[in-house]
Amino acid sequence: MLRKLLIGTALATSFAFSAHAADVKEVQMLHWWTSGGEAAALNVLKQDLAKEGYAWKDVPVAGGGGDAAMTALKAMVAAGNYPTASQMLGYTVLDYAAAGVMGDLTETAKKEGWDKSVPAALQKFSVYDGKWVAAPVNVHSVNWLWINKAVMDKIGGTEPKTFDDFVALLDKAKAAGVIPLALGGQNWQEATMFDSVVLSTGGPEFYKKAMNDLDEESLKSDTMKKSFDNLAKLVKYVDPNFSGRDWNLATAMVIKGDALVQVMGDWAKGEFHAANKTPGTDFLCYRFPGTDGSVIYNSDMFGMFNVPEDRKAAQIALATATLSKSFQSAFNVVKGSVPARTDVPDTDFDACGKKGIADLKKANEGGTLFGSLAQGYGAPPAVANAYKDVVSKFVHGQIKTSDEAVTELVKAIDDAK
Amino acid sequence: MSTVAETQIKLTPEHDARPGATVRSWLQDLLPKIVLAPSFAATIVFVYGFILWTIYLSFTNSKTFPSYDITGARAYQRLWRWTFESDPPSSWYTSITNMGIFGFLYILICLALGLFLAILLDQKIRGEGVLRPIYLYPMALSFIVTGVAWKWFLDPGLGLEQTLHQWGWTSFHFDWIKNKDFVIYTVVIAGVWQASGFIMAMFLAGLRGIDGEIMKAAQIDGASTFQLYRRIVIPLLRPVFLSAFIVLAHLAIKSYDLVVALTSGGPGGSAWLPSNFMYEFTFKRNEMAVGSASAVIMLMTITAIIVPYLYSELREKSR
Repeated sequence: MLRKLLIGTALATSFAFSAHAADVKEVQMLHWWTSGGEAAALNVLKQDLAKEGYAWKDVPVAGGGGDAAMTALKAMVAAGNYPTASQMLGYTVLDYAAAGVMGDLTETAKKEGWDKSVPAALQKFSVYDGKWVAAPVNVHSVNWLWINKAVMDKIGGTEPKTFDDFVALLDKAKAAGVIPLALGGQNWQEATMFDSVVLSTGGPEFYKKAMNDLDEESLKSDTMKKSFDNLAKLVKYVDPNFSGRDWNLATAMVIKGDALVQVMGDWAKGEFHAANKTPGTDFLCYRFPGTDGSVIYNSDMFGMFNVPEDRKAAQIALATATLSKSFQSAFNVVKGSVPARTDVPDTDFDACGKKGIADLKKANEGGTLFGSLAQGYGAPPAVANAYKDVVSKFVHGQIKTSDEAVTELVKAIDDAK
Repeated sequence: MSTVAETQIKLTPEHDARPGATVRSWLQDLLPKIVLAPSFAATIVFVYGFILWTIYLSFTNSKTFPSYDITGARAYQRLWRWTFESDPPSSWYTSITNMGIFGFLYILICLALGLFLAILLDQKIRGEGVLRPIYLYPMALSFIVTGVAWKWFLDPGLGLEQTLHQWGWTSFHFDWIKNKDFVIYTVVIAGVWQASGFIMAMFLAGLRGIDGEIMKAAQIDGASTFQLYRRIVIPLLRPVFLSAFIVLAHLAIKSYDLVVALTSGGPGGSAWLPSNFMYEFTFKRNEMAVGSASAVIMLMTITAIIVPYLYSELREKSR
């Protein structure tokens, strides 16, 4: 009797549960886009989903920044409690996919034609083992110069086309008494700048071999030594107080006209916009000299987890909305990046955005779209961080010569592999 | 726990035959154990259980996620090799030498300064009730607040140096926080500022506990003030030194937030402590095995320092 009752109750509960669960109209999202511009950009997606009847639920993360979110995600996944999707970067997606916790969006991808519209270089991270596991949200590119136009006019500078031009321009700024180069002395900023220096010094072929394939011959080649020497040249133009500075403070120096130029990814544009500056009249965006035609990228992705059946519909809606042309345009206009698919019209973008979209398309077709090693798109995190260590130690003087830097780089990368 | 409880139940009726009282005395005996059981179990699992788990992980090839295949001591071999890479310094070498510098100076200066302030405050001065909390107050701040405040104060472009330049002393130069060789000393400064007041309070309590008769006797015997403190007061404060040392040692070893807030790792990672190393490798670099191995080495080091000290102190007491 008791047993029957128990079974009955269990059945009734499970029916009730599944009947209720059949339509979970909610996406659970883990992300760290909480600052003004980023939150506004994400709001576009929330509204798109609300129109289709899906509620948005942020997964709360204590503390800002991607690290805290990734630690929280690790704990959630270990407990078997997957969010619908999570903001993820590069190799993290592949790590989780290898652990077998990611969902499969291949059907949706086929229907929406992602294979053709998303650059192949990005698919390396959003497709695992033939299955779509993540929806790329945007493409940031790293090899940009951000220049204060008023200062540029004052010193009579023109767009530098080669590395030597760039050094000459920095000299002019120095002579005029402004800080030539705004740099934040944190390892990722130094390494992000070095990505561009390597591409400029060695060209696209060399960048790919050294920074993406981690080819040992290239890493210890003379070209790499020359790249370090060039980095040393640039570091001479920073102010003595640069160590430990946050990237947005360095951008602020350019905005205020205290400094001439910053080498930074296109998220810096968000800071210019927030200060009501317009490209062309207040500030200038050029490709890092000698890297025109190539794009070093990183990309934010929404990793899609293997959620229970009743949550799949919401997940597909989220993925579809994320890669829809309207969202890609609206989001990236606000965020400062460019769309993750190459067939989005550039009408709403500013001059820098238009150039970014055109460059991405060209780089994608010409095979010169490379992952940024500093941003974790060139190699797994262990290698990327070993690389950042070496670059940072070189900038701050623990490593004294470019010979030593190259030896250390090979050793550190070897260690981390 | 359960075996202890059972023996209690068997034993109790023998020395108390009345049934009502038996139940009550059972409860009385059991209650403290029941109340303590959850925290005991939690400590066993979450402290000692995870220590064992960390030791286990350090012998695996865990990367992003824990892996359970034992693959040998590769993580330790790497740490051992890094221990001797001093030029250019490996991150591990930097971390452990910084731990040595920071731990030594932090404990020493806090003890010296704390004792000095306590002796001064103990001179029956006016306004002690106001001064004591002023010194003690920094301890109420979190390391993050201390770190950020000192970061601004020590930043050459914002704080002390800038202010003195504005006042006209333009040759003044103090950029330790931006200097790879000196940044660890700024961590010492901020740490000492925060903890020395608390250590002062501990010493003050110790000084108040010393019998006035002994002091008077010494004074009658003609001891100078210096001799009085050197020969009588400080030796009598020995237990306070032990407590202060243990408090400071564990604060020094777990300093992580102070380094992050004050220096964000320092130029080229030159302000790292082993705890920063452990967090970086486990969570940022996805090298969980190396992170675990460094945690085990930290634990071993603490054990090697604290256990002999505790042992000698406790043995002396039981004599």
